[in-house]
Amino acid sequence: MIENDIAVQVRDLRRTFGSFVAVDNISLRVEKGEIFGFLGPNGAGKSTTIRMLCGLLKPTSGGGSVAGFDILSESESIKQSIGYMSQRFSLYDDLTIEENINFFSGIYNVPRQKRAERKDFILSISGLHERKEELTKNLPTGFKQRLALGCAVLHDPSILFLDEPTSGVDPMSRRNFWKLIYDMAGRGTTVFVTTHYMDEADYCGRLALIYRGKIVAEGTPADLRLRFMKQDVLEIPVDRPVEALESLEKEGLESAIFGSALHVVVDDAATEIPRIERILSAANIRAGKIEKILPSLEDVFVALIESS
Amino acid sequence: MFERIHQMIVKEFAQVFRDKRMVLMIIASPMIQLLMFGYVVTTDVTNVPTALYDLDKSQSSRELARSLEASGYFEIVNTPESPEGIRYLLDRGEVSCAVQINRGFEKEMLKGLPSPIQIIADGTDSNTAMITVSYAARIAARFGLDASKVALVNRERLPGVDARTRIWYNPDLKSRNYNLPGVIASIVMIVGLMLTSMAVVRERETGTIEQLMVTPIKPFELILGKTIPFAAIGYFDMMLVTVTGVFWFDVPIKGFLPLLFLCTGIYLLSVLGIGLFISTISRTQQQAMMAAMFFYMPALLLSGFVFPIDNMPPVFQYLTYINPLRYFLVIIRGIFLKGIGFSLLWPQVAALLILGITIITLSTARFRKRLE
Ligand SMILES: Nc1ncnc2c1ncn2[C@@H]1O[C@H](COP(=O)(O)OP(=O)(O)O)[C@@H](O)[C@H]1O
Ligand SMILES: [Mg+2]
Repeated sequence: MIENDIAVQVRDLRRTFGSFVAVDNISLRVEKGEIFGFLGPNGAGKSTTIRMLCGLLKPTSGGGSVAGFDILSESESIKQSIGYMSQRFSLYDDLTIEENINFFSGIYNVPRQKRAERKDFILSISGLHERKEELTKNLPTGFKQRLALGCAVLHDPSILFLDEPTSGVDPMSRRNFWKLIYDMAGRGTTVFVTTHYMDEADYCGRLALIYRGKIVAEGTPADLRLRFMKQDVLEIPVDRPVEALESLEKEGLESAIFGSALHVVVDDAATEIPRIERILSAANIRAGKIEKILPSLEDVFVALIESS
Repeated sequence: MFERIHQMIVKEFAQVFRDKRMVLMIIASPMIQLLMFGYVVTTDVTNVPTALYDLDKSQSSRELARSLEASGYFEIVNTPESPEGIRYLLDRGEVSCAVQINRGFEKEMLKGLPSPIQIIADGTDSNTAMITVSYAARIAARFGLDASKVALVNRERLPGVDARTRIWYNPDLKSRNYNLPGVIASIVMIVGLMLTSMAVVRERETGTIEQLMVTPIKPFELILGKTIPFAAIGYFDMMLVTVTGVFWFDVPIKGFLPLLFLCTGIYLLSVLGIGLFISTISRTQQQAMMAAMFFYMPALLLSGFVFPIDNMPPVFQYLTYINPLRYFLVIIRGIFLKGIGFSLLWPQVAALLILGITIITLSTARFRKRLE
């Protein structure tokens, strides 16, 4: 029996496609009521993991439980207790908004007397009251995603899996969407959300970073910053960031481009600043003043990925 | 359970009727196929250019020639004077049929003996040749019967006998009457296959299947939810082409209509089952479409619609046993042309039922609520 306060727990979960290892022996634990972020660049294995948790993909090896049910043998019971929003928009484009809601209410067997209230709730969180008779395909992406979220929570699931819910949406809609996620969590729903936007990491209560199928870091955003404080992050404004990045990396310095500046991770700022200046002037790159900055979570991840 | 199936049905109908291509496929395509078959693919033969080689040159032989022409099927365009003349005309393609009335035709006929006439047809188009010969033989036989009452006694031995059995159920030899039931059966098959083979794979292509798979829906609910709407559409098409056939082309139905509808339902079960099976094993809509055609073509050839099953090599004869069209063709022709009932058709009905249940079960088992 699994402890009552655990929503998701997996051990040594692995999935291969042919000889390619998409998810490589990951272990995770998500507590009830958490907003758990699963971060990683494209192709890291986020969707594959989330699909195994939802019972959509069979793990090659390893196992675990979701909502207290075994992911290998009880995937049908899991389906009644979770909501899932896939990465690709997957409501029916050729149905109206209302028809989509009615359809999923019926499929999830939402009690008849609750259906009107749930529909109303979804229309209001997605802001689609006036447009409910429109075809879903005509909606802008931001609305579609909020509607998809609504349809995923129609049956009031205890755990919500969201696979890159904010990809391809403008920053304003992204913020709105996160507000919705907070609302859900506020009602006691556990949220397991993936994203490749590193700047969304701070929204999560706890997070894991996945890279090439492996979990390379795990903890609260504060934890991860603290652990990373041992090294310094330098910000260097440059005129040609790509060339600058190349010449610094050639010298073994971990760098990343942030707009028109570079972030470089070093052990000791005092000794490295003169060296960086030398490298850049040798490459004929004009650089502004080099400054030590507080690392963002993005810096943390870039560094972790580079060192893994 | 019923609620989920019900929701699937509502959804499928909404999607089908919103898609103009689907509506076209449901209404226009069966009508076009029916009209095409009705008007173009008619194997009726009229005004066949005919050579008459009359060796008897009697009153009776001239009357026979006249009744050949009066039938409208034959047009005597030449009267050669030798067997070589016939060959020459046939070779040149100036005639496609020759009738040779031998010496002693009138005398024999009056004695009540089989009248010796010979009918030669250009066999390059074997179908037309066969029909031509049977027409001519029939007319000759009828002529013989008219001319001499004594001939009645010997009618089994008259040249027309063979033709009489062949055309027993369709005495006017209207190929349309004979073909229409088969046309209806094949239209129902192709429309049913096309619609259902898209049904699951379309959801796979658009990604909606992923959302459906994380719901508690059961495979049989999904499969039934996809079968029932298309069965209704299949029925609609069946009625559309049947009513058009009966009222537009004047094709008679001898049998009991409710039986036909019952059997159509059982036939649809297997057709839609095959379509769904194709849909569950295909990755793309295009693949499914190809697979549906790949099934339909041999199914049409191996049904007895065009080529008699008895003439096929044994391997192919065995293949016909898993072809629903084979059984339904017997049923629909039996009901349309012969007016026979369930007591004779039950083996076909049973075969269809077994086939249908097997394939629907197979599709349900094939459908996994997992991604590959
Ligand atoms: N069905 C599949 N067949 C083969 N390779 C796959 C399949 N699904 C995912 N992959 C591969 O597995 C890796 C991880 O994919 P995915 O989990 O979708 O990554 P993410 O969601 O983090 O972007 C990718 O390299 C992808 O190409
Ligand atoms: Mg993904």
